[in-house]
Amino acid sequence: MTTTLCTDEQVFGRSAGLTEARMHYCPGCTHGLIHRLVAETLEELDVLDRTVGVCPVGCAVFAYDYFNIDMIQASHGRAPAVATGAKRAVPDAVVFTYQGDGDLASIGMAEIVHAAARGEKITVVFINNSLYGMTGGQMAPTTLVGQATTTSPLGRDPGLAGYPIRVSELLATLDGAVYITRQAVGSPKAVQATKRALRTAFQVQLDGKGFSLVEILSSCPTWWGQSPREALTWTETGMAAQYPLGVVKDTTGSGTE
Amino acid sequence: MAYVVINKERCKACLLCTEFCPRQCLGVDAQMNSRGFHSAALLHPEKCTGCRICALMCPDVCIDVYREAKAEPVGGKAKA
Ligand SMILES: Cc1ncc(C[n+]2csc(CCOP(=O)(O)OP(=O)(O)O)c2C)c(N)n1
Ligand code: SF4
Repeated sequence: MTTTLCTDEQVFGRSAGLTEARMHYCPGCTHGLIHRLVAETLEELDVLDRTVGVCPVGCAVFAYDYFNIDMIQASHGRAPAVATGAKRAVPDAVVFTYQGDGDLASIGMAEIVHAAARGEKITVVFINNSLYGMTGGQMAPTTLVGQATTTSPLGRDPGLAGYPIRVSELLATLDGAVYITRQAVGSPKAVQATKRALRTAFQVQLDGKGFSLVEILSSCPTWWGQSPREALTWTETGMAAQYPLGVVKDTTGSGTE
Repeated sequence: MAYVVINKERCKACLLCTEFCPRQCLGVDAQMNSRGFHSAALLHPEKCTGCRICALMCPDVCIDVYREAKAEPVGGKAKA
């Protein structure tokens, strides 16, 4: 039953928005799953041929090999500035950044805040996995109080390292940001909700309404020291307790989830 | 009847598909792929409904899902 009979109906297959490359992510890491959701969304909106993605520095640095669209690789944290240039130069392009929490909320905090404040008509896919994956699991601005990382082995101590930043809520205070939502990918239901949120965010851009951002609680089984399944559960329990799921801001007037 | 086709070379054996399949159709392949992973495999095709949940959760986009075409009598479908 492993051969494909041409008369059989294919009900799930690889999106044309992805290349055939094998992704380098660790087993069970949800970066790949989120790539798929972004690719499917762009394909369904029929904008693959006019989309420009901007990759971060972080584990997703090679995303240009995985998305079958035009891609730019920005320096650390600067993806929103690069995306601003691309969008202003080619307003008909669909422009998005794909950024981790170290990239976006640490070294790149100034760029993301000002891109949102300017109301740049870009879409940001923000991957919150609560630490720096690529460089060895160090504490990030998003690391939870008490969470052990390689630079907070006894758990994040707020007296020493302060408190985690809720990026979506922070950016929602800015008038230029029109659609901000926080989603997860820990269950089939959550994956489907994330896909709908991505579609809304890209539609906001296509309608010229302003800045949109989808924060996604993503797993890092390697540096959390958990199995892929345990890590997915932790996104929906430990992480979601600090980072509540759902729409954080929607001033598009379209009543989204 | 339905079935999945797993790209075993792409699979990294995270086995989220086996965890999420509601009918326990999937398991571990006895053979290693070229990168040393015992990939996921469809062990119980008779139980698969083609619900797509495994493909939805696969982080490496390894899984295609098919529903088998219904056998038609020779001469095509009878008119209702
Ligand atoms: C200017 C500069 N500073 C620091 C680094 C080291 N560095 C590489 S990736 C990274 C953080 C990545 O974390 P995150 O954005 O959360 O992405 P993840 O790897 O977890 O997906 C850092 C600090 C760098 N490459 N360049
Ligand atoms: S280190 Fe973490 S974020 Fe990076 S690929 Fe591995 S699991 Fe994914």
